[in-house]
Amino acid sequence: MSLNTQLVRSLKAPARPVWEESPSKAGLAAKSGFLLLCCLGVLAPLWIVIVTSLSPKPVIDRAGGLVVIPRGITFVNYTELLGGGQVSRAIMVSAGVTLFGTLFSMTVSVLAAYGLSRPGSLGHRFFLMSMMATMFFGAGLIPTYLLVQSLGLTDTYLSLVLPSAVSVFNILVLRAFFMGISPELTESARIDGASDLRILLTIVMPLSRAVLAVISLFYAVGYWSSWFNASIYLSDQEMMPLQNVLIQLVQKHTEAPTGLQQAVRTGQLSALGLQMAVMVLALIPVAIASPFVQRHFKKGMLTGAVKG
Amino acid sequence: MSLTAGSRPDGTRSPTAVEKPTPVALATAGTKAGAATAGTKVRAPGGKSKGGTVAFRIRLRRDRALILMTVPVILLLSLFNYLPLLGNIVAFQDYDPYVSSNGITAIFHSPWVGFEQFSRMFEDPLFWSATKNTLLLFALQLVLFFPVPIALALLINSVIRPRVRAVAQAIMYLPHFFSWVLVVTVFQQLFGGAGVIAQTLEQHGWSGFDLMTNADLFKYLVTAQSVWKDAGWGIIVFLAALSAVSTDLYEAAAMDGAGRWRRMWHVTLPALRPVIALLLVLRVGDALSVGFEQFLLQRDAVGAGASEVLDTYVWNMGIQNGDFSYAAAVGLAKGLIGICLVLGANKFAHLLGEQGVYKK
Repeated sequence: MSLNTQLVRSLKAPARPVWEESPSKAGLAAKSGFLLLCCLGVLAPLWIVIVTSLSPKPVIDRAGGLVVIPRGITFVNYTELLGGGQVSRAIMVSAGVTLFGTLFSMTVSVLAAYGLSRPGSLGHRFFLMSMMATMFFGAGLIPTYLLVQSLGLTDTYLSLVLPSAVSVFNILVLRAFFMGISPELTESARIDGASDLRILLTIVMPLSRAVLAVISLFYAVGYWSSWFNASIYLSDQEMMPLQNVLIQLVQKHTEAPTGLQQAVRTGQLSALGLQMAVMVLALIPVAIASPFVQRHFKKGMLTGAVKG
Repeated sequence: MSLTAGSRPDGTRSPTAVEKPTPVALATAGTKAGAATAGTKVRAPGGKSKGGTVAFRIRLRRDRALILMTVPVILLLSLFNYLPLLGNIVAFQDYDPYVSSNGITAIFHSPWVGFEQFSRMFEDPLFWSATKNTLLLFALQLVLFFPVPIALALLINSVIRPRVRAVAQAIMYLPHFFSWVLVVTVFQQLFGGAGVIAQTLEQHGWSGFDLMTNADLFKYLVTAQSVWKDAGWGIIVFLAALSAVSTDLYEAAAMDGAGRWRRMWHVTLPALRPVIALLLVLRVGDALSVGFEQFLLQRDAVGAGASEVLDTYVWNMGIQNGDFSYAAAVGLAKGLIGICLVLGANKFAHLLGEQGVYKK
């Protein structure tokens, strides 16, 4: 049974089998109750963060901390943060790095995955092995740091993209998917004189939208979430991406982003509300993107993971 | 055998020139050769062994586009994965980045000290403390984190209603995509000294608490964070394995009088066995990397004593203190032990009759 039929089967509604005795009420209730609890465990913290970021200062002050039940809504935290200054700049940096990094990573990954997708091509085995070997050992933090420094990449945005631009796992997933495309399609194009690049662009890629979406999301989330590279390679505060600003705000107990500290001190804005708003800004793109790609997860991800 | 035996003036090639033709290669070659004019000199079959260079040139010509496509990734990996491997030689030096204008050329000017950095490591109590923390956290993750996705997958799988399954999965996947910064921050705002729970308790007359700075509870805290972030994501692979189980097996078992639990024990769990073994091997092989960002982010709050793992120790000694050679030695030792662990765990999986990560 091919994996695809398995997946189709798992995605379709599995009707209750005839031999299965009807489930007990208590069992059903216990199961759904536990699942509900798990989902609440995920959603409750996000709810509190979002509600707090939208609450007016008096409400936050009265709650003594985070707000659980919303009483009044205000967008003042967001308008202040997005109206220029440290956080707006950090969002631009994060968005730029995510956009260009994802484009770059996808380009090189798709090319490599297609280049390696034809068994029997020259050097295919060697390239594949040398790529997969890097999954088992890393060079370590210190040599990588010294290299990036020596290349003169420190204090440039390139240091946030290049050292972690390639994920071998993602390439293997893409490759497995490309190999699953029926060879008759590509062969007929080849007879008609299409070059490999043309086949990739006009046949293979349109057929692989699902996996391309999933892998793009993986890369994009990786870039959007990364903070460590910035923390060791960048020294200029103006260049810091959003996650690093968030660390400074919450972990290091800076009361508010630069530019808004005065407003917090004079009691116009709530430091906690601002921090929560920064958190929401950091999670919004991911929370919005992932459900769209969600339906492709199983199909896109497992074809590669299981076969590869 | 002439050089032109396989390659023709018009750049096409004969099917026999392809070395060890695979079905795909044959098909490719066949289509192109079919277009070639008749009467061209075709190499006799069976004489492939001596024509290695010819075949190579032909294959190079045929596959040049594919090879070119692979080059960028190979270059990036060579630069950022393979080249730094050489950089590990600073572990055998007393490396000083300032003896030369460039960090790489400084390697050639730094004095060699042999295994001195390693002997320093063995006498360093902080190193042993970090190792102890790492192994402790690994054991805890194995016991408290590893079984959770399996249990969740079994639970979700036993819920028949498709909509409930879909929604539950969608929600549980979500935290996987949040950054560690966000996860740690969420936990801090909820369970920290100024967090919502402590505040609520204080307002109702109980004493507040601060989970985030409690060194004793730190190991459970980070495990809880891992569960919150990744347990939902971990169910994907188990659900796929479960959906692969033939319903005939369940039916047959039911016919033979197996109840719900018997079916789970004799059908479902054996189906999951290979996946569990594989993931366990991967996890054990990665035992020394219990998580880096998560610990680095909370290092200040609970202190190095409880939160220092090998990865953060390398970061602290190297990047923070500038003791590059010593940190590289620790990193190198960790990497080598890690490779041994992967090989050992895989061997063990083979002994249990499972496939493991790679075959024998």
